[in-house]
Amino acid sequence: MATTQAGIAPRPDQAGVTPLLEVENLQVEFRTRDGVAKAVNGVSYTLHEGETLAVLGESGSGKSVTAQAIMGILDSPPGFVTGGAVRFRGQDLLALPDDERRAYRGRSISMIFQDALSALNPVFPVGWQIAEMFRVHEGLSKKDAKQRAVELMEQVRIPAARERAGDYPHQFSGGMRQRIMIAMAIALDPDVLIADEPTTALDVTVQAQIMQLLADLQRERNMGLILITHDLGVVADVADKIEVMYSGRIMEQAPVHDIYAAPAHPYTKGLLESIPRVDLKGQELSAIKGLPPNLTNIPAGCEFRPRCPYARDICKEQRPPLAEVVPGRFSACHFAQEVLEGDIEPAQQ
Amino acid sequence: MGRYVARRLLQMIPVVIGTTFIIYALVWALPGDPFAGRCGARPCPAAYVAEMTDKYNLDDPLPIAYIQYLGNLIRGDFGETFQGLSVGEELLRAYPTTVKLALVAIVFEILIGIGAGILAGLRRGSYIDNLVLVSTLVVVSIPVFVIGSVLQLFLGMRWGIFPATVGSDDSLYNLILPGFVLAALSLAYVARLTRTSLAENRRADYVRTAVAKGLPQRRVIGIHTMRNSLIPVITFIGADFGALLGGAIVTEGIFNVPGVGNLIFRSVTSRDGVMVTGAVTVLVLVFLLVNLLVDLIYGWLDPRISHG
Repeated sequence: MATTQAGIAPRPDQAGVTPLLEVENLQVEFRTRDGVAKAVNGVSYTLHEGETLAVLGESGSGKSVTAQAIMGILDSPPGFVTGGAVRFRGQDLLALPDDERRAYRGRSISMIFQDALSALNPVFPVGWQIAEMFRVHEGLSKKDAKQRAVELMEQVRIPAARERAGDYPHQFSGGMRQRIMIAMAIALDPDVLIADEPTTALDVTVQAQIMQLLADLQRERNMGLILITHDLGVVADVADKIEVMYSGRIMEQAPVHDIYAAPAHPYTKGLLESIPRVDLKGQELSAIKGLPPNLTNIPAGCEFRPRCPYARDICKEQRPPLAEVVPGRFSACHFAQEVLEGDIEPAQQ
Repeated sequence: MGRYVARRLLQMIPVVIGTTFIIYALVWALPGDPFAGRCGARPCPAAYVAEMTDKYNLDDPLPIAYIQYLGNLIRGDFGETFQGLSVGEELLRAYPTTVKLALVAIVFEILIGIGAGILAGLRRGSYIDNLVLVSTLVVVSIPVFVIGSVLQLFLGMRWGIFPATVGSDDSLYNLILPGFVLAALSLAYVARLTRTSLAENRRADYVRTAVAKGLPQRRVIGIHTMRNSLIPVITFIGADFGALLGGAIVTEGIFNVPGVGNLIFRSVTSRDGVMVTGAVTVLVLVFLLVNLLVDLIYGWLDPRISHG
C-alpha cells in the first residue's frame, strides 16, 4: 500500500503502477455576472487503492469544486472544467461522452456530502433511495434491491434497519442520515469514495463514529478515500497524505505525520497554529490574518502573500510552483526550506 | 390521521354556521319589498303577502328566522323559491354541469399548464421559456370576460370550431370552450409555478446526489426532480378545483352554461333569497371539503408534513 507517492501526478511509466485516480493540472472556472472566478487552478494529485488522501483548505479554496469536477457533477453553467485530466485507472473521464461517463458515477467513484438532510431526496423512503442503486445499475427486482438495501443499512450500523428502511430522511438523526448516505455511496462497491466534509454538520461524538465507520469500510473494501475537510483534527488519525489547498491551488503536499511535525508552507503553519490547544489554555488563539483572495481577481505573485508573515519582495513578483522540498514533500513557497526548518524571521511590517 | 380529519370536520361546523348566517342576514337585509312586482302589474293581494310572510318567517326577528332556516337545512330541506320550486332540486340539476365544467378546466390546467411549465423550467432562457412567460403574462393581464367573449366570437361564431353557447346540452364537447376560458387564468399561474418550482429544484442538493448516483438524466429529472417540483403545483390545482366547484358566474354567463354560477346570478337579480342562501351554503361546504382533501393529499405527497 503506497502511503507516500513521489512526484506530482506521476505518469504511469514513472510510478510503475497505474494509480487508481489521477488528477492532472485540473482547471475549473465559474462564469458569473461579476466575472470569471478561477476556482481550481492546476490541481494535481494521485490516489492509490486503500489510500486516504485528505484535502484540506478554507471555504472557497476549491477543494469541493475539485471533487465535483472529478465526479462530473459541477453545476454547469456556471461551472466549467477548462483544462486538465481526471484519469480513473488510466482512463481520462473528462474525455468521455456523458453517457459513458455516467457509468463511472456511483459504480467506480462515488461521493458523500456535507449535509445529508438536503442531499437525500425528502420524498422517498431511505431504503428506496439505496435500493435505487441496485435497480438502476444492476437491474435487480424491487424485492431483491430492497433486501440488499437493508443489508447495507446493517453494514453501516443503523439499528433496526429492516423496520427503518421505509422511513423518510427527516425521520432520522444527523448521524444516521450520514450513514444512509454512506450506505448509498458504497452500494456498488466503488473503488474511490469522495467524502466532502462528511462530519462538518454533526456533533463531535457522532463525528468520531462516522470517521470510524468510513475508516472501517475503507479498510474492508480497500477503497481509495478522498477526505475533504477544513478540520485538521479530523484528518490526523485517518489520512495517509494531505493536500493543502488555497485559492484553487495546492500549497503543500506531504505525508500526514510529516506535516504535523513540521509544515513546509506558511499557510499550513498558520492553519496548525490556529488549532486550539489545551497546553496553551488562557493564551490568545492565533489566527491567519486577512481573507482568502477574490477568485475573480487573484493577485499576481504568490496567492498567499497578502496574508503571509514571511512575505518578501520576490513573493510579489513570482508565483512559486509546487516543488519538492525534501523527498516526498512538496510546497509552493519560495522559502519552503526555511519554513520547514524554522529558519525564517517574519518580514518587517 | 383519523383524529386530524375528525378535528377538521368539527372545525367546519362554526365556519358553515358563520357563513350561512352572514349570507342569510345579507340577503334578507336588502332594502325593498321582496314581493314587489311578483304579481304582474298589480300590487300583490294582502292574502298572498301574508301567506308568503308566514312561509318565510319574515315577521320573526332575524336570529329566530335564521335558526328555523338552519333547522330545515340540517333536515336536508333547502326550502322553496318564491315561485314554489324546490331549491334542493334546482341545485341538483345545476351542480353536475358545474362539476363537469370544473373538471374540463382542471384537465386544461394539468395538460397545458404543467406541460408548458415543464418545458419552460427545463430550458430557462430559451425561446420556449420566453414564449411561456410572455403568453402567461398576457393571459393574466386580460380580464376573463374579454378572453371569453373574444374566443366565443372567433372560435365559436366566426370559425365555428366549437359551439358558441352551451344551453341545455352540457356535453363535454360543448364545455370545451367555456372550460378553457375558465381555466385560462389558473393555467397561466400553474405554468409559472411549475416553471419556478422545477428550476428551483433542479439546483437542489438531492438532485446533485441523484446525478452522483449515476442515474440516467431522464430518471434524475423525471423522478427525483419532478416529484418534488410538482408538490406545490398539485396543491394549487387542488385548491383551484375547490374554487371552480363554486361555479363561475362570468364564464357560465358568457357561454350560457346551466351551472350553479348561472343559477346564483339569476337568483340574485330576481332577489330570490332562499335560492341564494341555499346555493351558497352548498358551495361553502364543498369548498371546505375539497380543501380538507387537498391538505390530506399534500401530506401524502410530502412526507415531511404530518397531520398530528
